[in-house]
Amino acid sequence: MNKKVKAKGRFSPYVYLVPSLVIFAVFLFYPFAKTIYLSLFKTNKMGEAKIFYGIGNYADLLSSPSFWNSMKVTLIFAVIVVVGSMLLGLITAVLCNKAFPGIRFFSTAYALPMAIASSSAAMIFELMLHPAVGIVNKLLGLDINWLNDPNTALYCVAILTAWLNSGINFLYFSAGLGNIDDSIYERASVDGASGIQKFFSLTLPGLSPIMFYTLVVNIIQAFQSFGQIKILTEGGPNESTNVIVYSIYRDAFFNYKFGSASAQSVILFIIIMLITLVMFRIEKKGVKY
Amino acid sequence: MSQTDVNVLPGGNLFQNKISKEELETLKLEMNKKALLKRRSQTTGRIIANIAVAFVVLLPLLYAVSIAFMPSGELFSMDMNLVPEHPTLENFSSALTNVPLIRFILNSFLVAGLITLGQIISCSLSAFAFSFLDFKGKGVLFMIVMATMMVPGEATIISNYLTVGNWGMLDTYGVLIIPYLTSAMGIFLFRQFYMTFPMSLYESAKLDGCSNLKFILKILIPLTKSAIGAMAVYTFINAWNMYMWPLLVTGSDKMRTVQIGISMLNSVDSQSITLMIAGVVIIIIPSISIFIVGQKQLIKGMFSGAVKG
Repeated sequence: MNKKVKAKGRFSPYVYLVPSLVIFAVFLFYPFAKTIYLSLFKTNKMGEAKIFYGIGNYADLLSSPSFWNSMKVTLIFAVIVVVGSMLLGLITAVLCNKAFPGIRFFSTAYALPMAIASSSAAMIFELMLHPAVGIVNKLLGLDINWLNDPNTALYCVAILTAWLNSGINFLYFSAGLGNIDDSIYERASVDGASGIQKFFSLTLPGLSPIMFYTLVVNIIQAFQSFGQIKILTEGGPNESTNVIVYSIYRDAFFNYKFGSASAQSVILFIIIMLITLVMFRIEKKGVKY
Repeated sequence: MSQTDVNVLPGGNLFQNKISKEELETLKLEMNKKALLKRRSQTTGRIIANIAVAFVVLLPLLYAVSIAFMPSGELFSMDMNLVPEHPTLENFSSALTNVPLIRFILNSFLVAGLITLGQIISCSLSAFAFSFLDFKGKGVLFMIVMATMMVPGEATIISNYLTVGNWGMLDTYGVLIIPYLTSAMGIFLFRQFYMTFPMSLYESAKLDGCSNLKFILKILIPLTKSAIGAMAVYTFINAWNMYMWPLLVTGSDKMRTVQIGISMLNSVDSQSITLMIAGVVIIIIPSISIFIVGQKQLIKGMFSGAVKG
């Protein structure tokens, strides 16, 4: 009896981990390894590795103008999205920083975009940007085909994405503002500091820990945007919105170049990992707690 | 509080109290008139700024709702037409009949509901083991689980698609649900909460003959309702809004989820823009409602756990 209990005790901890670990193993570790494996091969239309190609897929990518265009587009897109969504999140959080009548309504409104799907939002923006009947052209008195113009399409999808991501940033920054001690503001007021001075010398430094975390999360999220691009522009016009995730999708599921698509996935992973590591390195040096 | 204050004031009946209170108030008002005026104008300024910003943030949604009620003939005019002149429900009814929207909604509810339930179960079990049990390789396993957060979905999605294709699982509920039945973030969140409980809680329960499973069900889960609530809201909304995976693995109307189904309304002729927007409004309602109802819970669970860590 005693022996049985002991034996059960030795195995039972793992039993609780089995559901999660099995899912991770089958749908995360295995496919991740397989993606790396596929990136070294030329594949057939079924996605089976056929000819060993070494780093050929990577070499082809690095010498392809289309890939570099993708990288450039992704970078511009990510910068607009991250700056835009963090700025909007910060402004709205500061606006709801002090209690006032109606604060509950406004905080719900500012967080709301996080509940909206990229595909639904994309369809609403498609109508707003419609050249003939859309509200944007009507309000501005313009006649621009926003999504079909290579000069404007990327900015449109980026602004939409910034709007979508701003909701959760509002929550992060509100939590961050809540952690700043009110008494430092009072002391600053006594010393005659203006509102703007207080914002730049007290609020922003006080937010730096959460700001840093939010920045990392936002960059990663921006790199992975897909639904809005698929619906609004499909990477066009002239590849002006062909961000790397869309390029992966197109290469794999339209061109059946699974090897090249896998190589791009690996590159995406490496970029995200490097950004995360660099950011954590910077954090250790620079963020004031 | 103020009630008791009034009662314990010495020798004062209610009438006298009221007078002195009012006098005090006017005195205070006069004294602080300037400060109050300033504060009031600040509050007013804050409210005006909030109304302006909230209007911009909500504009896409307000516009969508307005267009959803607009007869499609009205949309195609050169005038400013932000609000429908003759509001109609026709767009909603034709959105529901043009594509099997009800079926998509049920599919999404089923998929998102089961994913949420599954994640809560698998994550609480794992977090329990990581917090209360001792076993070989615990640290390493936890690191491995946390490292999965670094792998972007796109790095696995192609291989996953090929795998489930080989298994003949395409276009089933299983393929929509099973890959999402656990999450590193959930395990982390629950563990953060469990770590705040003293080990003695677990040990004394064990001494009383409480099995591990019973401990989770009867003690841990009731104590971590806010974490579970936060996790449920977050997971459900994300699952409801999933796009890339369902796009790849569903092929028939029977299995399509709302986000994919609604894009079908997109491809039809431009005369039906109003119909498409009505469909979008219909499918946004569930995720927004759940968000509004669960928002408090979400914030409480997300941030109290993170701060304690």
